[in-house]
Amino acid sequence: MTAVPGMTTADALTATYRGVQARRIAVLGAALATLVLSFLVDVATGPAMLSLGKVAGSVFGLTEDRTVDAIVWNIRLPVAVMAVLVGACLGLSGVIMQTILNNPLASSYTLGVSAGAGFGAGLVILFGSAIPLPEAYAIPLNAFLFAALACAGVYSIGRTRGATPEMLVLAGIAMLFLFQAGLALLQFIASPEALQSIVFWLFGSLQKATWPKAVIIAAVLLAMVPVLMHDLWRLTALKLGDERATGLGIAVGPLRLRAFVVISVLTGVAVAFVGTIGFIGLVAPHVARIFLGEDQRALLPGAALFGALTLSLASVASKTLLPGAIFPIGIVTALIGVPFFIWLIARSRRAYW
Amino acid sequence: MRIEIDALSVRYRSHLALDTVSLSAHPGEVLGVIGPNGSGKSTLLKAIAGVAAASGSIRFDGMSKRPAVIGYMPQGIEAKAALSVLEVVLLGRLGRLGLRVSRTDLEAASTILDEIGIAALAGRDIGALSGGQRQLVFLAQALAASPSILILDEPLSALDIRHQLEISALVRRLTAERALTTLIVLHDLPCAARLADRIAILREGRLVAVGTVADVLTAANVRAAFDVEASIGQDETGLPVVQSLRLS
Repeated sequence: MTAVPGMTTADALTATYRGVQARRIAVLGAALATLVLSFLVDVATGPAMLSLGKVAGSVFGLTEDRTVDAIVWNIRLPVAVMAVLVGACLGLSGVIMQTILNNPLASSYTLGVSAGAGFGAGLVILFGSAIPLPEAYAIPLNAFLFAALACAGVYSIGRTRGATPEMLVLAGIAMLFLFQAGLALLQFIASPEALQSIVFWLFGSLQKATWPKAVIIAAVLLAMVPVLMHDLWRLTALKLGDERATGLGIAVGPLRLRAFVVISVLTGVAVAFVGTIGFIGLVAPHVARIFLGEDQRALLPGAALFGALTLSLASVASKTLLPGAIFPIGIVTALIGVPFFIWLIARSRRAYW
Repeated sequence: MRIEIDALSVRYRSHLALDTVSLSAHPGEVLGVIGPNGSGKSTLLKAIAGVAAASGSIRFDGMSKRPAVIGYMPQGIEAKAALSVLEVVLLGRLGRLGLRVSRTDLEAASTILDEIGIAALAGRDIGALSGGQRQLVFLAQALAASPSILILDEPLSALDIRHQLEISALVRRLTAERALTTLIVLHDLPCAARLADRIAILREGRLVAVGTVADVLTAANVRAAFDVEASIGQDETGLPVVQSLRLS
């Protein structure tokens, strides 16, 4: 900030602040525009090789072609919508986890929540469902329950020593190994068919996307917004450490618990329907932080947008890498995302951790 | 706001960090807290700020309810976060911040940044500053919500001598002008003598002495608290001046 004659400090500060805000809105706007573009490309690509015109005609209801409509409305749109919603859930839960644990390595994947979901899914695949539900919902339901269980496990173990970030991270690592061991055991005793189902589930796939599933995820995501809006500044303050946050009048324990519930619901519902897509919860928050800073008013929507964008782009890539085949999305996300991520954090100059 | 502390104790697991301390602090007054390492100075401040759980009683203007805003500056000055100085200072006004930061908030932040002389740092990342600069930023944060109680844990420890003098003068001026009740932990006895109106000396969690600087800052009390021989004279106004210190 430079002093301009006739300008008070308050004026200069306001100008600086407005400038930062304007830049953040521009970044969010650019991410949103890219997401819309990626979404359209996602809908336009697929093994059926439909022309852009036909797809657009079907989407906007301009043409009547049963086959095209069936492909676009029953397969491609649900997949593209799910990619956006699941990516947003994973990006959002990842960034909240990194904030409340003050740890750049935190994500639903590294702290055992995804492993819990995988174990829950594996149980149903192997032993069937205890309640009469079609498999398309029994697996996600159990995956969700075990993701929540993993979260509850992390929190209750962490709480024994005052729920400090270090203790919660250690508890999360313990959960990761526990559920991975459980999953390995399931795979060990599984029949070849069941084993294949489990492995495929773990890869993560958008191909089982349906409208009702998309609606469930969207509803959960929307329900979390008011909860998070309430705590935006408090979460930002938590980055300055527990003691300073407490001194600012924040009840740190209840804030962490609230955030944990949000994380568990978001991750649970996202992972339940598409399997373990690990990378997004880790990378989207970092990308958002590099471009937007730590002010959660910008960081939370940013992480959600970058998460959605990453999974949407991965969805496109999974269909285009090998013509006629669809790669498991979890693998594509990591293969393409990791080099980009490394490049980004290596050239970043801001001190985050 | 008057603070009255009665039989305050803080226990960390098996360790009694603060042992039935009773004292009071008054508006318009700087109460310096000194004592050796581990004597309970920071713990006393944390208990008053509501950061550490304590037994005994703390009353604020006679009420047991803690005021919503207390300007509390913890000891640590490390900060690894992608937050600008302005954002850190704004967070000091946490209870008043809406989803949109108002002009009032920005004006309050700019006033305090000006007063501390760090307005030029407003747009910088907190993590990119020197330790002393960060200390100034955290002082600004503690003052940003215009608290009536100011609790500072070693606010001068990372500052150069010029800034030590400036900040000492600022704290004294704000305390007088705004009738703040200021509690401040200091290690440096000459600093404490200059800055405080009254001084409390702690050792092993217990209160050794409390009173005006002239009454309390004596060779006997320094020996009792630190096991150090001090030679203490007087300046032209009658205030004690620490002339030399040596091991006893």
